[in-house]
Amino acid sequence: MTILTFTLILLAGAYLAGLVGSLTGLGGGVVVIPLLTLVFHVDIRYAIGAALLASIANSSGAASAYVKEGITNIRLGMFLEIATTAGAVAGAVIAVYTPTNTIAILFGAILLFSAAMTIRKKNQEALTTGSALSLKLKLDSSYPTKEGPVSYKLKNVGAGFSIMALAGIMSGLLGIGSGALKVLAMDSTMHIPFKVSTTTSNFMIGVTAAASAVVYLQRGYMDPGIAFPVVLGVLGGAFTGSKLLTRLDPKVLKYIFCLAISFVAVEMIYNGYNHQF
Amino acid sequence: MKKIISKHLFADRDMEQFIGLQLRYGVIISSLIVLTGGLIYLQQSGGLALPAYSQFIGTKAGFTSIGQIITGLGTLNARSIIQFGVVVLIATPILRIAFSLVGFVIEKDRLYILITLIVLSVMMISIFGGLKV
Repeated sequence: MTILTFTLILLAGAYLAGLVGSLTGLGGGVVVIPLLTLVFHVDIRYAIGAALLASIANSSGAASAYVKEGITNIRLGMFLEIATTAGAVAGAVIAVYTPTNTIAILFGAILLFSAAMTIRKKNQEALTTGSALSLKLKLDSSYPTKEGPVSYKLKNVGAGFSIMALAGIMSGLLGIGSGALKVLAMDSTMHIPFKVSTTTSNFMIGVTAAASAVVYLQRGYMDPGIAFPVVLGVLGGAFTGSKLLTRLDPKVLKYIFCLAISFVAVEMIYNGYNHQF
Repeated sequence: MKKIISKHLFADRDMEQFIGLQLRYGVIISSLIVLTGGLIYLQQSGGLALPAYSQFIGTKAGFTSIGQIITGLGTLNARSIIQFGVVVLIATPILRIAFSLVGFVIEKDRLYILITLIVLSVMMISIFGGLKV
């Protein structure tokens, strides 16, 4: 295969990854890793480097719109980023001592969990009484809706912070945004309304991924020949996805993609178990 | 009291607008650099056989420090240009933290100045902490 063919096929694949990632809310990174390893037989370390870049591009691109609309809770994001960035750096350090096959199995497990999280029932209710810690940290806020601003309060800040640290470790270890774990911490644990938790999670993914990306860049995980089609393809796909989302209800698509992603996850676990990485 | 609250919200809105723009331009600029480098790369080496990506060679490939990347930029090396775009992309969210810090300083929000400084120090450890190995 020539470099040109590889680039064009990967560009198309990364475009689809960005599209699927944006429609399901899983992010482009989770589709990039199986695409590179299972289809192109690229070493999983290069795949992790590329996936981190895809996560940063995806997150920063989408966050720019949400932040301007005022849905994202910037203080909450900044506070929780202490946990995710510290976790991500720890994850990048642990990665050196983790066999690539173990990483592949762990990746498959997280992928299954993410697919399940995508189709679960979402928290729409805004809490009217929050915890003292949430008040002290100024995490209670409001977000705009068609019917005017809705105020919300938070609880279980400590538990949410701990899950965020775990999300950071996974992100640093596997090169993904860990969006599903972040939403679990905010949505199910801290009881933040769905719109706020997804956009704030997205906002944090860029910083979390950057924390481990600088380590991986220095380790040589980022290859320019792979980064080029992946970054541009994922960005293009995510852009198309965000345009499509406003015009169609992706509910059916979501189920199809989640099923497809589950098969990919099983394949990753199977190959990891058989030492194929 | 009411006045203080509305002033506080106004500053928050300002920061949101600014961060939104900064993230957008960061992504646009980095993807343009990657595209430029990528087109040169394809033009120069598009017909060559694919490197063996199934073998991980790590740092031996170069482009793993700012110094190496800048040196490569001087000679208009296509892969260095792409990698420079990658660095701009990674720097985008890190810059966002720095700009948030400025925002919280303007708002005189001591608690969040401290929180932002902690996040920024974690980033600095990651960049300069020699965690390579």
